[in-house]
Amino acid sequence: MTAHGRGKSVPPKVWAGVVLVALALALLPFVAALAGQAWVRILNFAMIYIMLALGLNIVVGFAGLLDLGYIAFYAVGAYMYALLASPHFGIHLPFWVILPLGAGLACIFGILLGAPTLKLRGDYLAIVTLGFGEIIRIFLNNLNTPVNVTNGPQGVNLIDPFHVAGFSFARAQSILGVPFSGPQKYYYVLLLLTIGVIVINIRLQNSRLGRAWEAIREDEVAAKAMGINTRNVKLLAFAMGASFGGIAGGIFSATQEFVSPESFGLFESIIVLAMVVLGGMGNIPGVILGAILLTLLPEVLRSTMEPLQNALFGRVLLDAETVRLLVFGIALVAIMLYRPAGLWPSAVRKRELEVPKVVAE
Amino acid sequence: MDTFLQQLINGLTLGSVYALVALGYTMVYGIIGLINFAHGEVVMIGAMVSLSVIMALLGAHAPLPSVVIILAGLLVAITVCMAIAYAMEKIAYRPLRKAPRLAPLITAIGMSIILQNLALIVWGRNYLTFPTLIQPTPYNVLGASMTDLQMLIVVLAGLLMAGLVFVVQRTRLGMAMRATAQNPQVAGLMGIDINVVISAAFVIGAALAAVAGLMVMTYYGIAHYYMGFLLGLKAFTAAVLGGIGNLAGAMLGGVLLGIIEALGAGYIGDVSNICGFPFLSDSLQQQCAASEGQVSMFGSNYQDVFAFFVLILVLIFRPSGLLGERVSERA
Amino acid sequence: MSHLTLLIAEDVSKRFGGVQALADVSFTINHGEIYGLIGPNGAGKTSLFNVLTGIYAPDGGTFNFDGEPLERVKPNEVAERGIARTFQNIRLFQNLSALENVMIGRHVRTRAGVFGAILRDKGTLAEEAAIEKRSYELLEYVGVAKRANDLAKHLAYGDQRRLEIARALATEPKLLALDEPAAGMNATETQALKRLLEDIRRDGITILLIEHDMKLVMSVCDRVLVLDYGKKIAEGTAATVQNDPKVIAAYLGGEVTLNLKGA
Ligand SMILES: Nc1ncnc2c1ncn2[C@@H]1O[C@H](COP(=O)(O)OP(=O)(O)OP(=O)(O)O)[C@@H](O)[C@H]1O
Ligand SMILES: [Mg+2]
Repeated sequence: MTAHGRGKSVPPKVWAGVVLVALALALLPFVAALAGQAWVRILNFAMIYIMLALGLNIVVGFAGLLDLGYIAFYAVGAYMYALLASPHFGIHLPFWVILPLGAGLACIFGILLGAPTLKLRGDYLAIVTLGFGEIIRIFLNNLNTPVNVTNGPQGVNLIDPFHVAGFSFARAQSILGVPFSGPQKYYYVLLLLTIGVIVINIRLQNSRLGRAWEAIREDEVAAKAMGINTRNVKLLAFAMGASFGGIAGGIFSATQEFVSPESFGLFESIIVLAMVVLGGMGNIPGVILGAILLTLLPEVLRSTMEPLQNALFGRVLLDAETVRLLVFGIALVAIMLYRPAGLWPSAVRKRELEVPKVVAE
Repeated sequence: MDTFLQQLINGLTLGSVYALVALGYTMVYGIIGLINFAHGEVVMIGAMVSLSVIMALLGAHAPLPSVVIILAGLLVAITVCMAIAYAMEKIAYRPLRKAPRLAPLITAIGMSIILQNLALIVWGRNYLTFPTLIQPTPYNVLGASMTDLQMLIVVLAGLLMAGLVFVVQRTRLGMAMRATAQNPQVAGLMGIDINVVISAAFVIGAALAAVAGLMVMTYYGIAHYYMGFLLGLKAFTAAVLGGIGNLAGAMLGGVLLGIIEALGAGYIGDVSNICGFPFLSDSLQQQCAASEGQVSMFGSNYQDVFAFFVLILVLIFRPSGLLGERVSERA
Repeated sequence: MSHLTLLIAEDVSKRFGGVQALADVSFTINHGEIYGLIGPNGAGKTSLFNVLTGIYAPDGGTFNFDGEPLERVKPNEVAERGIARTFQNIRLFQNLSALENVMIGRHVRTRAGVFGAILRDKGTLAEEAAIEKRSYELLEYVGVAKRANDLAKHLAYGDQRRLEIARALATEPKLLALDEPAAGMNATETQALKRLLEDIRRDGITILLIEHDMKLVMSVCDRVLVLDYGKKIAEGTAATVQNDPKVIAAYLGGEVTLNLKGA
C-alpha cells in the first residue's frame, strides 16, 4: 500500500523547502522589528487569529454549520485565563494549567449550546449562536455586582504573562547575546502553538471524522443514510471548534495582560468568519491566508488611508476602523457572489493509489 | 399589581414595534426561506433618515406643524428603506437563490455590516437625540399610565398589520405571494413572476421597518447606528416564537416577546434577590443591610438576555413556533 | 419467521397531508433475492424507502429486519443494522472525490475518533489504509475506479449512479435498497447495471429494487411488488405480475405503459 506515500524517501528539494521556510519563520520577528516592535505584535495577533479562524473553520468550513457566536468561546478562554492568573482573585496558576482548563470549559460551553440546537436547521443555528455570543458579552459586562466576578466593563488588569520557571516571555532580555523583545519571545511560543493547531487541523480533516464532517456539510440526509450519527458528529465539530477558541482566548489574555468585554463583540465573530470565508471555507491554507490578510488589512489601511486623507482633505474623514469593517462586509458579499470557494479554493485531495488492476468495462 | 399592568403596557408598545419588524423577517422567510440578517439595519436606516429629514426641516424653520414634519420624515424614510431593500435583494440575494444555504446567509451578514458602517460614516458614532416635537401626555389606565405616544404606536402598528393582512389575503399580489410561498416552481409555471413577488416581500417589509424605526426612535428619544442589530435579533426571535413564515405568528410573537421582556425586566430584580438566602458572605450581608434587603443577582441590565433565552427555548421545544406547522425536509 | 426471510413489512402506512402515500402495505423479502418494487409515478415507492430507512416515521405498521423489529430507529441506526440505500435524485457528496464518497460509506463499520485522528497511532493508520483499500476495490467493483480522484459532481450521470451503489455497498449492507438506479442510463449502461446487480446478489447481498425500466425489472427480479396510490395491488413473480389485470389497469390509467422502456 503506497497510499500515503509512507516509506518513500522525501526528495531533497522538499527538505530544502522545509528548511528555508523554517529559517524564514525563525527570522521573521527580527525582520518585522526593523519596521518597529508594533509589527511584531501584529504578527503575534495574526497567529492568534489563525488559530481562531482554524477553529471556526472546523465548524463552518468542514461541517458547514454557521456559528456566529464563535467569539464567545474565545471570551470564555480569555476570561478563564484572566481570572485564574491575575490579582483580581489573587490566583496565579501557570499557563499550562489554565490553557487546557480554558479549552475544556469552552468545549463544555460548546456542547451545552450545541446539544439542544444542532438538530435545528442551519440558519436557526446561526441566530442562536449569535444570541449566545451576545448573552456571554452581557454577562461579562454585568457580573460585577453583587459579587464581582468579571469586574464588568472595566475588564481584568495585570494578567500574568506566560512564564516558565522564572523565565518570563513578556520581558525584553538578551539570550546568547541576541537581544529579544517581549513580543519577539511570544512570537516563538505562538508559532509553536499555531503549528500545533495547523497540524491537528490537517490531521482532523484527513480522518474518518473529518470526512464525516464534510459529508454532513455536503448532504446531511445522505450522510445519515450512510450511517453517520450526524448529531454526535456535529457536536464534536462544535466542541473541537470551541476548544480552539478557548485556547486562542487564553493566549490572547496572556499576551495582552488585559481583557474586557469590548474585545468579544459580534464584530469580532464576523471578522473571524470573514477570514474563513475570504480564504476559502474548508481549505486550511486558504483560511490561514485569510487570517493573515485580514489581520494586516487594518494596519495597512491605518498607515495609508489616514495620511492620504490628511494630505487630500487636511483631516481624517473616514477612520481606518470603520473602513475596515466596511471592507469586511463588502468582502463577505463579493466573495459569496463571485468566488464562493474563496481566494484559495481547496484542491481535490488526490490520493496515490495502486494502478487499477481491472479496467472498467 | 400596577407594576404588572404598567409593564404590560410598556411591553405591548415595544411588542407592536417588534411585530412590525418581525413581519419583514417572516415574509421573506416564508417566500424564499432566507433569514434576512440585514433587516434590522433597515429599521435603523429608517430611524436615521427620518431623523435627518426632521432635523433639516426644523433647521430650515419651515412653518409647518409637527405632524407634517414627522410625516415628511417618515415618507422619505420609507422611500429610502424600500429602495435599499430592493437593491439589496437584487444585488446580494437574487444571484444566490440556487446556491447552498450558507451562501445567502453569509451575504446577508455582509449586507448588515455594510449598512451599519455606512450609517456610521454618514451619521457618526454618537447617540442622536430625537427632538421633542411631541410631548407625550400620560393617561391613567386602570391605575397604570399610558402615554398618547404609546397609544399611537400600538394603534398605528395594528392598522399597518391589518393593512398587510388585507394585501396578502385579498389582492392579486398577495395571492401571488402565497402561491410562491407554497411552491415557487409551480407558481412560476402558473405565470407568476417570482422575482416581482420576492421584491415585493422585501419592499413591503422595508416600509414596515421604516415605520418601526421612527417608532422606536420617538419612544426612546434616541437613535444610534448600532440600534438595528439588537432590535433585529429580537424581532427575528418574535417571528420564530410565533412561527416563522406565518404572518399572524409574527404579530403574536412580537407582542408576546415585548410583554415577556417588559415583565422580565420588571420582576427579575425581585426574583433574583439574594438577601433571603442563608450563608451570605459578609460583604453581601453588608450590601443587603445597606439597601433595605434588596440586592439582586440580576438587574434590569439583563433585559436583553430574555429574548435570547426565549429564542433558545422555543427552538428546542417548539421549533415550528406557536402558530407554525411542522415542515419536514423531502428526501 | 423462517430463516429465509430478511425483511418483513406489516401494514405500513404513511400519510402526507391529504396524500395517503402508503396504505397498509405488507410484504416479505427473502435472503438473497432481488425484490422489485414497481408502480406508476407517485405510487409511494420512494415513500416506502424513506419509511424503511428511518427518514420518516411510519403512521402505522412495523418492519422486522433480520429477526429484530426496526422501530423508531434513526436513519444512521438503520444503516448500522444493515440496510443501505441510494436515492432517486442522486445524493452524492458533490464536492468530494469519488473515492472519498465511498470512504464515507465505511464510516459506520470503522472506529477511529478524535484522538485517533490527532495522534495517528498505528491502529488508526491501519484502519485508514484499510478504508482506502476497500473503497478503491468497491470503485473497481462498480466500474468507476478510473474516476477515483474526480469530484463526484464531475462524473457522468451513469457513473454517479454506480458511485452511489458503491458508497452504499461500503456500509456492508445485508439489504441494498436502490431507488431507480437505471434512470437516465442508456441501454448499454443498463446492461452493465444488470450484471452488477447480479454480481451483488451472488456476493450474498439481498436487493430491493425500485425501477421504471420494466425490461430490467422483469429480467432481474425474482419477485415483484406493485404499488398503486399507496396500496399493494399485486405481488409475485415477474411473469404473473406482468399479466395481472389490476397491474395493467394501474399502468394504463397512468401515463406509463408496461413495456414502454427498453422493450
Ligand atoms: N415529503 C413529502 N411531503 C409531502 N408529500 C410527499 C412527500 N413525499 C412523498 N409525497 C407524496 O407521496 C406520494 C408518493 O410519492 P413517492 O415519491 O413515494 O412516489 P414514487 O412511487 O416514488 O413516485 P416516482 O415513480 O415518481 O418516484 C406522492 O403523491 C408524493 O407527492
Ligand atoms: Mg420515487
